[in-house]
Amino acid sequence: MNPFSSGTRLRDMIRSIRACKTAAEERGVVRKECADIRASINENDPHDRHRNLAKLMFIHMLGYPTHFGQMECLKLIASPGFPEKRIGYLGLMLLLDERQEVLMLVTNSLKQDLNHTNQYVVGLALCALGNICSAEMARDLAPEVERLIQFRDPNIRKKAALCSTRIVRKVPDLAENFVNAASSLLKEKHHGVLITGVQLCYELCTINDEALEYFRKKCTEGLIKTLRDITNSAYQPEYDVAGITDPFLHVRLLKLLRVLGHGDADASDLMTDILAQVATKTESNKNAGNAVLYECVETIMAIEDTSSLRVLAINILGRFLSNRDNNIRYVALNMLMKAIAFDDQAVQRHRVTILNCVKDPDASIRKRALDLVSLLVNENNVKQLTEELIDYLEISDEDFKEDLSAKICSIVEKFSPEKIWYIDQMLKVLSEAGKFVKDDVWHALIVVISNASELHGYTVRALYKAVLTFSEQETLVRVAIWCIGEYGDLLVNNVGVLGIEDPITVTESDALDVIEDAITRHNSDMNTRAMALVALLKLSSRFPSISERIKDIIVKQKGSLLLEMQQRAIEFNSIVDRHKNIRSSLVERMPVLDEATFNVRRAGSLPASVSTMSKPSVSIPNGVAAAPLVDLLDLGSDDILAAPSSSGADFLQDLLGVDLGSSPAQSDATQAPKAGTDLLLDILSIGTPSPAQNSTSSIDLLSTTDYNKNPSIALETLSSPAPPHKATTSSAATNGPVYPPIVAYESISLKIEFSFSKTPGNPQTTNVQATFINLSPNTFTDCIFQAAVPKFLQLHLDPASSNTLPASGNITQNLRVTNSQHGKKSLVMRMRIGYKVNGKDVLEEGQINNFPRGL
Amino acid sequence: MIHFVLLVSRQGKVRLTKWYSPYTQKERSKVIRELSGVILNRGPKLCNFVEWRGYKVVYKRYASLYFCMCIDQEDNELEVLEIIHHYVEILDRYFGSVCELDLIFHFHKAYYILDELLIAGELQESSKKTIARIVSAHDQVVEAAKEEAGSISNIIAQATK
Repeated sequence: MNPFSSGTRLRDMIRSIRACKTAAEERGVVRKECADIRASINENDPHDRHRNLAKLMFIHMLGYPTHFGQMECLKLIASPGFPEKRIGYLGLMLLLDERQEVLMLVTNSLKQDLNHTNQYVVGLALCALGNICSAEMARDLAPEVERLIQFRDPNIRKKAALCSTRIVRKVPDLAENFVNAASSLLKEKHHGVLITGVQLCYELCTINDEALEYFRKKCTEGLIKTLRDITNSAYQPEYDVAGITDPFLHVRLLKLLRVLGHGDADASDLMTDILAQVATKTESNKNAGNAVLYECVETIMAIEDTSSLRVLAINILGRFLSNRDNNIRYVALNMLMKAIAFDDQAVQRHRVTILNCVKDPDASIRKRALDLVSLLVNENNVKQLTEELIDYLEISDEDFKEDLSAKICSIVEKFSPEKIWYIDQMLKVLSEAGKFVKDDVWHALIVVISNASELHGYTVRALYKAVLTFSEQETLVRVAIWCIGEYGDLLVNNVGVLGIEDPITVTESDALDVIEDAITRHNSDMNTRAMALVALLKLSSRFPSISERIKDIIVKQKGSLLLEMQQRAIEFNSIVDRHKNIRSSLVERMPVLDEATFNVRRAGSLPASVSTMSKPSVSIPNGVAAAPLVDLLDLGSDDILAAPSSSGADFLQDLLGVDLGSSPAQSDATQAPKAGTDLLLDILSIGTPSPAQNSTSSIDLLSTTDYNKNPSIALETLSSPAPPHKATTSSAATNGPVYPPIVAYESISLKIEFSFSKTPGNPQTTNVQATFINLSPNTFTDCIFQAAVPKFLQLHLDPASSNTLPASGNITQNLRVTNSQHGKKSLVMRMRIGYKVNGKDVLEEGQINNFPRGL
Repeated sequence: MIHFVLLVSRQGKVRLTKWYSPYTQKERSKVIRELSGVILNRGPKLCNFVEWRGYKVVYKRYASLYFCMCIDQEDNELEVLEIIHHYVEILDRYFGSVCELDLIFHFHKAYYILDELLIAGELQESSKKTIARIVSAHDQVVEAAKEEAGSISNIIAQATK
């Protein structure tokens, strides 16, 4: 048999493998063939090597391991004949990759072959080197390749040029050596050499700045001339593709011109004409023409240039956008994203077309169009765009919904003109695609809702309606539960109805149904159920009439299999049962969540520092009860609100810098609510607490110490077994309504006096008249008085007589304090006054400890 | 640059792979599996470009074969479509109305042609005529070498008979 007729045996093997019906059969055939090949390799017979390697390559393509054949490649490469070398190099390129050390052994053969007399062999070596060389080989053989760039045969020259491209990529330091050779290639006439030469120059320019300068100065004009020649050339059948002579060469030349013109005004000037010519005269009904136009547009975008060319480019892109071919539209969308940077207006003109592309059946186009749309959004078109996008959200595919909803949320957040629109849009998105919405998005929504106090009623009603229809959207349910819990009373009493709303009546029972449904539904996850429990607690205070039913639901959850639910249920139940008196203050309305801090936290830049807490309190206007401050105190001292696992509340606690710690307050745990006292101090940013106050921080939850002994701030304990209202002997002093006035606060510029009176029959409530006296010669304007009291006191501030305190004048303000620990604890108050003097803001703070006892 | 060229049949069988970037054997099989999955599942009317792992993959279907080329983000996709078509036309010219079976039984020839078309992931020659000429020149050299060896071994066989 003719040993060179590798065809027959190879063909037979392929046929037998293809005839296999099962994978196991195929494995058997392959195993047998591999065994034969291994035996043949061991015999070291040169005649069969060729055929063996061919068979090995086929087996490798099927996916089987073939590393035993690697040395065969090397032996074949070292053989003298062209056919062996050919298949040897092919095997090398297929079976090895550049990271394997075996490759180094080939370096010597490669060197010899690069100097071979037979130019086909030289070609083989260059090809192999160009496809697979490693950095070391590149360094070793670079001089040979450089020499070959100027070889007499154009086929070798072009291979050498591309081989140099790889060498320069692997070893950028060698770039300088190739610059001269490359620039000589640019003057070639042979298209193949020209293409590869241009490619080499492109590579050199991107890697090495000096090369870039050199080519820019020396070669730009030559390149432009070449491009002009090829654009204007007559029909050449050898190179013609769809009416364009050598579109590949066009594209490469344009690419190189792009690099040369970028950042350089002179070079860009030179190119303007030819770019305009290519842009206008290229036929665009076939793909080849479009490829050239596309490259031309890219180049126009990248170079420094006059606006007229850019307008031309964007017009071309506009034409592309309305092309029926999907590829062209895709490419146009891609380019428009870059074009937005220069000329937003021009791209806006195509907004409608782009919006249509968002609805395209092709996923790649949809994705690109969506990215582009999000770049196009500005304040003017945001409402319309969002409407369109949300309409599309309803009908889009599941896998696209995630991207689309994320984009809509980010657009809405960035550009929403007013809160009510924001809430509306977010509600729609949550209803359609709630399960794709990420956590921080709906947290942001809650922050906005809590800030939009006039919209609370509207929001909770809208959420209620939405949740009835779209109850399977988890995120929607969570937001709805939170709102119903917070603003349930607004929902039921139809508070704050806006003109655009349809009236609905929601009974307490209806609202409760929603929450019960959320808890009991089997596919609610734990966060939702936990939030629902908290909402129930809030509602048990707001809806007293159905508190029995609420209690039942909570009690049922005591047996839940989830530990978190069980724990919460037990704790909340204990609040509902035994601590009715503090329950209402526990679950009072949450303070407005500070948007700015939330945004900062969300950006992850700052950890919430305690000092940020001062922000909410400063903005409280005069006359508003210090209830929010009281609530902050609540959170500090009330450990029963165990740190919920739902992240919705986590950031809020972090915002307030309160570390509730993870240990829940079991009734037998002893914990020092140090946080509570510190909270109070920090809220009003008063300096270091005096030692007298420090002693109060070690208060046990269960302490039964005699409260009478503690005149300073003592925060009430929750699980104290003693009944709250204990009359002690010292309360006998409440009979007399006469109490001496006190000087509550005195500084160089300001003096505050309190005078007291009590309404008879109501010993717990004290009316205080505060007089502010201006001791300085300047007038104080915008006077605002704020006060904070511990939890056992309730404070109500009437508006002051005036906000302007003239020099040596005074203003008065009435306060009403109710002491629930009347007789046991005396009044104590922290106060702060802010005013403007001579255009400067001044803040004075102090603590008032000298209230008469028995108030 | 073109990072790799992949020819896959409709059933997912690999007919040709050429790698211009370093991928280990394991990585190669993983890439092939993943990409075949993505491309074979695409519908007929969709565009020929897929975004995959930060690269772009341009693919075109010819009869039962998918020709795929993976390129960088900044490359011109439409031009790569032209390169794929260029390759197919050369194969057609060489094999005379090429079909998948030709590429199976003469896979090494398909590789030789590809090596005349692309090196280092870049286009080498834009003229089909030139490439055809070079490849046939190679074939002639191989034929001549065969004949020469055939005649020598005949001589030896006869001499040692």
